[in-house]
Amino acid sequence: MEKYRASVMLCGGTGCIAGGSLKVKNALDAELKNRGLENEINVVLTGCNGFCAEGPVMTVYPEDIFYEKVTLNDVPLIVEEHFIKGRPVEKLMYKEPLKKQPIPLMKEIPFFSLQVLRALRNKGLVDAEKIEEYIARDGYQAAAKALTEMTPAQIIDELKRSGLRGRGGAGFPTGMKWELCARVQGDQKFILCNGDEGDPGAFMDRSVMEADPHVVLEGMIIGAKAIGADKGYIYVRAEYPLAVHRLQLAINQAKENGLLGNNILGTGFNLDIEIYLGAGAFVCGEETALMRSIEGKRGMPRPRPPFPAQKGLWDKPSVLNNVETYANIPQIILNGSDWYRSLGTEKSTGTKVFALSGAISNIGLIEVPMGIPLRKIIYDIGGGVPKGRKFKAVQLGGPSGGCIPEHLLDTPVTYEDIVQTGAIVGSGGMVVMNDLNCMVSVAKFFLEFTAEESCGKCPPCRIGTTVMLDLLTKITEGNGKDGDIELLGDMALDIIATSLCGLGQTAPNPVLTTIKYFKQEYESHIYEKWCKTGVCKDLCTFYIDEEKCKACGVCKRVCPQKAVTGEKKVPHHIDQSLCIQCRSCYEACKFDSVKIGPRSMRDELLNLPDQEALKNKQLEALAGKGE
Amino acid sequence: MARLTIEDLKKIKEDYKAMLTLREGGYRAKITVHMGTCGIAAGARKVMEALLDEINTSNVKDVIVTTSGCAGLCSKEPMATVEMINEAPVKYVQLNDEKIRKIFKEHVLNGRIVQDSALVMGSETAY
Repeated sequence: MEKYRASVMLCGGTGCIAGGSLKVKNALDAELKNRGLENEINVVLTGCNGFCAEGPVMTVYPEDIFYEKVTLNDVPLIVEEHFIKGRPVEKLMYKEPLKKQPIPLMKEIPFFSLQVLRALRNKGLVDAEKIEEYIARDGYQAAAKALTEMTPAQIIDELKRSGLRGRGGAGFPTGMKWELCARVQGDQKFILCNGDEGDPGAFMDRSVMEADPHVVLEGMIIGAKAIGADKGYIYVRAEYPLAVHRLQLAINQAKENGLLGNNILGTGFNLDIEIYLGAGAFVCGEETALMRSIEGKRGMPRPRPPFPAQKGLWDKPSVLNNVETYANIPQIILNGSDWYRSLGTEKSTGTKVFALSGAISNIGLIEVPMGIPLRKIIYDIGGGVPKGRKFKAVQLGGPSGGCIPEHLLDTPVTYEDIVQTGAIVGSGGMVVMNDLNCMVSVAKFFLEFTAEESCGKCPPCRIGTTVMLDLLTKITEGNGKDGDIELLGDMALDIIATSLCGLGQTAPNPVLTTIKYFKQEYESHIYEKWCKTGVCKDLCTFYIDEEKCKACGVCKRVCPQKAVTGEKKVPHHIDQSLCIQCRSCYEACKFDSVKIGPRSMRDELLNLPDQEALKNKQLEALAGKGE
Repeated sequence: MARLTIEDLKKIKEDYKAMLTLREGGYRAKITVHMGTCGIAAGARKVMEALLDEINTSNVKDVIVTTSGCAGLCSKEPMATVEMINEAPVKYVQLNDEKIRKIFKEHVLNGRIVQDSALVMGSETAY
């Protein structure tokens, strides 16, 4: 093996590839060759590094220097300065949002230093397409241990004591799931992996599959031994081409090396794994629907019991675990359950991966110990809400979850505590919202998703979500009426109580939590016809507070309709007949002089005879209603 | 590739250790070749190549090589600094192919400082 003096770990996750990291890799390879450094410096394309917002990102070892937003033009500079002259390129280093002071070392960047990597332990450290690098990081050692030194009962016992709970969302104890299936007699059993990640804003499983595909296979081998399966399927949506490619490559490599197939590692144990491509229906993330989909039927859930542990895929005993769950298992087998329990809380042990997105500075993928307060994730790791905006809520658990407001930010992230707020830990999507978000519209967004994705089998979900969506649409269009909030609440509880599967049982959560924490927004929509964030176009009027206006002209420049008039030193105003409520002026104004009034104000202003009266009306509105 | 046994897994792990040491930290020695303009002009590249060659041949896994700019003593280039873990760094001057190979074998592998080429121990205090 060639000894390199440096390794460049260039992120090849989907985010960074979209940002051009493949072009950067080609350019780097060419430039290194050009400078005669190709045998000294090794460029490795890794899986998702997690810091997607700053992509394409790369880390240079051994110095541990982290570069962000690397473009083709930066390549010659990096090679010249860093690799030839040994001077790290300061302008490409990460800058903490508020400080603007470059901090080069990965371990000094709070985004990285506050994380504990277990499921993601190989992210950015190994070449996802080389089995040898996985093996070098203790890969397949746990499978070897499980196959040679442990009985199925011992594996299950270790997992039960570890307290690992399913990372797909519901949080069912994994050891218990395996035990139920192991107890069932059967000539054929299946070990299945759920890679049908569908929550908007969630990309945890995709990143594991892209960054470290072998860990999924290893977890499945251990599970297969525990329950006595010799056939496995990984269900991945076809929209994840890179994950599918890397998983298939990993399966081929494992087969070639005798780590899958017959007589694994010479132990006499057999397991075959195949990938099954899903077409992207959200309901296929539900276990019984997923199994029907693999059978070639339309993906729809069926009532339980019988549970899949007894009658699963093709009515054979089956275990289905999520990608992230499998990624935790080899480490538990190698290091023991006590090690695993050393992080987290009594009932929520270990770590959890979250996908941070929305109104947050550091968009990306993180892994943190269970029990960490939400506030720490959002402000210390996530870097807080950018552009001087105010935090409003964080949405956990996607369309099945709920919105958690500011005053509950000290809630520790555990299965039990998050449920208390009305949200769920879920699969790990964490969407941050700022004061520009209208919570009624947020609830509507998620309900649009579930109503669209409802498979249609059971009426509460099929009809219920549609009726709720209609109500929400009416409210956001200004046709809400007294009693709507109560009706929404009642319907939500009925849908939860009577739906067949998890999709319907959790679909109303976003509505329930927004009503619980942001009821005043619903009320102002219904009773005042006023969307105070200016999101619902039918329920707002944009106008300029002339006292505050500095006549700087910013709003005038951003207005796509040329609805803003005014000269230098003359306070501006908005022509209501031209305004399309796009909110550009409101977001651009640095002096807080663009205001949002109720709908009625626009109608009155439009009916006014002349400009003088309009001005007076605005002043009057200001004095009276305010914001 | 042949079917792997459990022993093979351990062997692969061992073979790839060097590359991972580089990325994970936990190395025993760090050698910095000073490659400022002066160093490069004086032949630092040849020194670097010889050093890498020596590391490859000796098959050590826990030594990392890095570069830095001018060490401030341009007249004595090419220079290199050898830092063994828990020991003060040693600066070597006026190196060539032969000398760096000797330093690697003596100092890095056997812990004996090469007096002839060594200039100074320790580093400047930085404020």
